[in-house]
Amino acid sequence: MSVVVELIGVRKAFHEGRPGELWAVDGIDLAVAPGQVTVFTGPSGSGKTTLLTLIGCLARPTEGRIRLDGEEVSGLPERFVTDLRRRTFGFVFQQFNLIRGLSVLENVMLPAYPLAPHYPALRRRAERLLAHFGLGPRRDAQVEWLSGGEAQRTAIARALINDPPVVIADEPTANLDSQLSTAFLDIVAELRDQGRTVLLTSHDPLVYEAPVVDRIVAVRDGRLVS
Amino acid sequence: MRHWIARQRYLIDYTVAAMARRKARNLGLLLVYALVVFVLASVLLYGHALRREAALLLAEAPEVVVQRLLAGRHELVDVNDLERLRGIRGVRRVEGRLWGYHYDPIASANYTFMVPPEGTVAPGTIHVGAALARTRGAEVGDVLAFRGVDDRLFPFQVAAVLSPDSAIVSADLVLLGESDYRAFFGIAPGRFTDIALTVANPREARTVAEKVLRALPGSRPILREEMRRTYAALFDWREGMVLVLLSGSMLAFAILAWDKAAGLSADERREIGILKAIGWDTGDVLGMKLWEGALLSLLAFLLGFALAYAHVFLLGAALLAPAMQGWAVLYPGFALIPAIDGLQLATLFFLTVVPYTSATLVPAWRAAITDPDQVMR
Amino acid sequence: MRPSSVVLSFLVLVVTAFGGSLLHAGWHQWQGGALLAPTRALVRDLRLTDLVLFTEARYTRHPSQADRHTPFQDHPVALEHFPSGSLFGPPAHLTSHAPLDRPTALSD
Repeated sequence: MSVVVELIGVRKAFHEGRPGELWAVDGIDLAVAPGQVTVFTGPSGSGKTTLLTLIGCLARPTEGRIRLDGEEVSGLPERFVTDLRRRTFGFVFQQFNLIRGLSVLENVMLPAYPLAPHYPALRRRAERLLAHFGLGPRRDAQVEWLSGGEAQRTAIARALINDPPVVIADEPTANLDSQLSTAFLDIVAELRDQGRTVLLTSHDPLVYEAPVVDRIVAVRDGRLVS
Repeated sequence: MRHWIARQRYLIDYTVAAMARRKARNLGLLLVYALVVFVLASVLLYGHALRREAALLLAEAPEVVVQRLLAGRHELVDVNDLERLRGIRGVRRVEGRLWGYHYDPIASANYTFMVPPEGTVAPGTIHVGAALARTRGAEVGDVLAFRGVDDRLFPFQVAAVLSPDSAIVSADLVLLGESDYRAFFGIAPGRFTDIALTVANPREARTVAEKVLRALPGSRPILREEMRRTYAALFDWREGMVLVLLSGSMLAFAILAWDKAAGLSADERREIGILKAIGWDTGDVLGMKLWEGALLSLLAFLLGFALAYAHVFLLGAALLAPAMQGWAVLYPGFALIPAIDGLQLATLFFLTVVPYTSATLVPAWRAAITDPDQVMR
Repeated sequence: MRPSSVVLSFLVLVVTAFGGSLLHAGWHQWQGGALLAPTRALVRDLRLTDLVLFTEARYTRHPSQADRHTPFQDHPVALEHFPSGSLFGPPAHLTSHAPLDRPTALSD
């Protein structure tokens, strides 16, 4: 279930050709080994989050190519990219980005809706994930009543609902205390043990100094720091 | 196909769960929406059924009625006039009609007195319409007295009450014998109210009418087609009046619905971003939004229409009849034959469901085509 | 229960009511107005020309028998009971009764 992600000469501009033009990613060549935990570090504004959106196919590079398992994705039409993205990547956002007013269970199942799987099977899968993350009793609660740790575990369960080979997390510990951050790293270790590739951004030493991390990639001004 | 249906169900799952967050608001909107459809559909159904009923009934009216005018006012016709019309080619039957109005101070109502051209009513007796019988509390065997032309009281025994099922054409009728009629109104023998012509070929009615004009200068022929048109125009007019009165509230609702449908809140915009980020594509988001608009407007349309149908045809249009039928002393009690005009139905559908659905779609489309990386910024 | 199940069952319910109304109307139409037959016979036998909807005056009790210049004769877009209340003139095919309108001997 591993996927090789390759970036070749990737650049990404915001407000291109207009005043305030900004090259958030400015020429990056990178290959991410499958089944490893990679952390992108760097100060805020260094372009590490943008890099993550490019890898996760949330955005297209302005220049350069991105390959998944040798197949170039940067030129594909939206439908194909979306399909590829939801089968390949699971996302855990910094703000968790759960849909308010919906239950924990519904939030976890959401990424699978467009794939239209057999409903009872999907529900069972979601319930199993929730139980695994200790959220079983909370599954019918609305997400705005969750604590920070519960919200993050819901977000992780949501990221895993389509069983993606790559999990992407943006500043996962920014809203957590040390104890919860440690718990998160335990989950990361577990994901890696399942053979998944994990990509994180963080400037939290607790994260990038953790033993579970295989590789640290430092980013500054949109470029890799060797 | 199976997959398509399953996917639509998931999209509905989401849109319903999202709408359920503001349950009172969305249910309220649904009810008001259904109410608007209900009122519109009631007016349209009632108007259509009335027009249809009139057309069906008046298809049996005389092909041509000839009136005589004197100084621009109705004048009785003479038996010689009838003779002159008999000579016209294409006329199968010429009959003098005897009818007129009588104001009854007891009921404060106007009755139509009429001599039936076929069959006879025995002297001293009358057949009365159902509404008249109801208003005067008259039953078969009772005696009703009316004051005639020379202020003389004419007692008549009620020999029959016309069936209430036919009240729409007979509610206020008083059928009486010819001699009674002439004595009551003081109309000399050989004089008639007007003339009913039966034409051998109804398509020649207009040609016959032209010949009538040449044969009887100073007369006015009225074609059956004109009678029917009169009623179509009358109900159009009534329907139009009601719709004009309603148009203000319709517009108010349109603004409200537009605001609700087209306004995408910052929260909704953010949610669309999240959905895109977690793997929904633009089509999924649009499908979801399409269902939101379509479900609400479709439910409102179907609910409103079904209620309107029940209101008009099962409950006698209790809320509308005063406006569509107007005031009257003698209300004919009648039940309309249910009828639905397909074109009207389609128009109503396209005027209610389509605008609302598309109004929800446009802003959603604008939000849905943004890049999914918005939520990461 | 899935949210869609709740709404779709309600949808099925109202579709049934809607379809029911169509069938109900269709059935009555199929009857061909059999219910109206006695009334139609009465219209035929009595040579009736009008519906009894408004009994108060000549031009309301028998609108079709009223003068040509009374309401409803020619003015379907009239806003009130008087022709002068029209917003605009009626279509020409409704106003011209020629040749049933009597041509005047002298031009007027």
